[in-house]
Amino acid sequence: MGLEQKLGDMGIVTTSLEKAVNWARSNAIWPMLFGLACCAIEMMSTQASRYDLSRFGMELMRASPRQSDLMIVAGRVSRKMAPVLRNLYDQMPDPKWVIAMGDCASCGGVFNNYAIVQGVDEIVPVDVYVAGCPPRPETLIDGIMKLQEKIKHEPLKKWQ
Amino acid sequence: MGANELTQALREALGDGIADVVVFRDEVTLNVPRERVIEVLTHLRDVQQFNMLTDETCVDYYPREPRFGILYQLYSIPRNIRVRVKVMLSEYDASLPTATGLYRNANWLEREIYDLFGIRFEGHPDLRRILLPPDWQGHPLRKEVPVTVEENAFTFNRERVDAEKPYATE
Ligand code: SF4
Repeated sequence: MGLEQKLGDMGIVTTSLEKAVNWARSNAIWPMLFGLACCAIEMMSTQASRYDLSRFGMELMRASPRQSDLMIVAGRVSRKMAPVLRNLYDQMPDPKWVIAMGDCASCGGVFNNYAIVQGVDEIVPVDVYVAGCPPRPETLIDGIMKLQEKIKHEPLKKWQ
Repeated sequence: MGANELTQALREALGDGIADVVVFRDEVTLNVPRERVIEVLTHLRDVQQFNMLTDETCVDYYPREPRFGILYQLYSIPRNIRVRVKVMLSEYDASLPTATGLYRNANWLEREIYDLFGIRFEGHPDLRRILLPPDWQGHPLRKEVPVTVEENAFTFNRERVDAEKPYATE
């Protein structure tokens, strides 16, 4: 059965390529399974049954950076971890996005000391910052929806 | 067996200029010069049955001189008592003989002290950094290292702090 039969009498839908591709991209973001500290607990509960991230097309946490589009930096990044994080980011295929989840990933949080990177934006470019220590799952979902909005408005010339 | 009996035994065995035995609230501390520390630890392990090194750590007493205090916390499983051995080290000659020959777990504890305080342990089999990356500069638990690495951003200075921050672009 082809698409014509499925759509029935709807006729023809016209749109721009930009919109169609952005729509597809924004609704099937696969995040990387990657938690660094306490914030990761909230990320796990965001995916679990109560908050259910799969409503937004994100139920597949990939354990490999090569299959993921989104890196949720959930927790504080130590200086020893920083090269590893950058390495994972470099292994992700384009297009890719980064969410800095929590105060530690956004700006260092309470850990203004020698061991912690003062904001993960020093190592990778960040698209959305989610505030909170830790952010509640609703906050993370809000951040993810902000990212979806951002992807939907990405102009064609910025596609990678 | 209380602190008194142990103090008595230690004073008899080590009292003559080797170790200074201090008792404070039933806790026994031996202040030992650097040259005698292995001798004292050997005595404690073999004669007094302190067969477990619970912890070995360091305190930075800056600006006092001698500046660093190395602490050995010993525990005797058969006698159920504890003792502390303390060695003071000068800032300009911060090294002492390793205890790895006596207690095997001193290996990693001494690597940690070396990593965070820069104390050198002579005769240590593998004196590398253990917690920080191998290319790290400096020893962060020394008191001359600043507590914060970055100026806190408030509304009045946010733009300046922001301008100085090394953002990743790609
Ligand atoms: S922001 Fe709070 S909850 Fe998140 S990693 Fe930092 S300390 Fe933990």
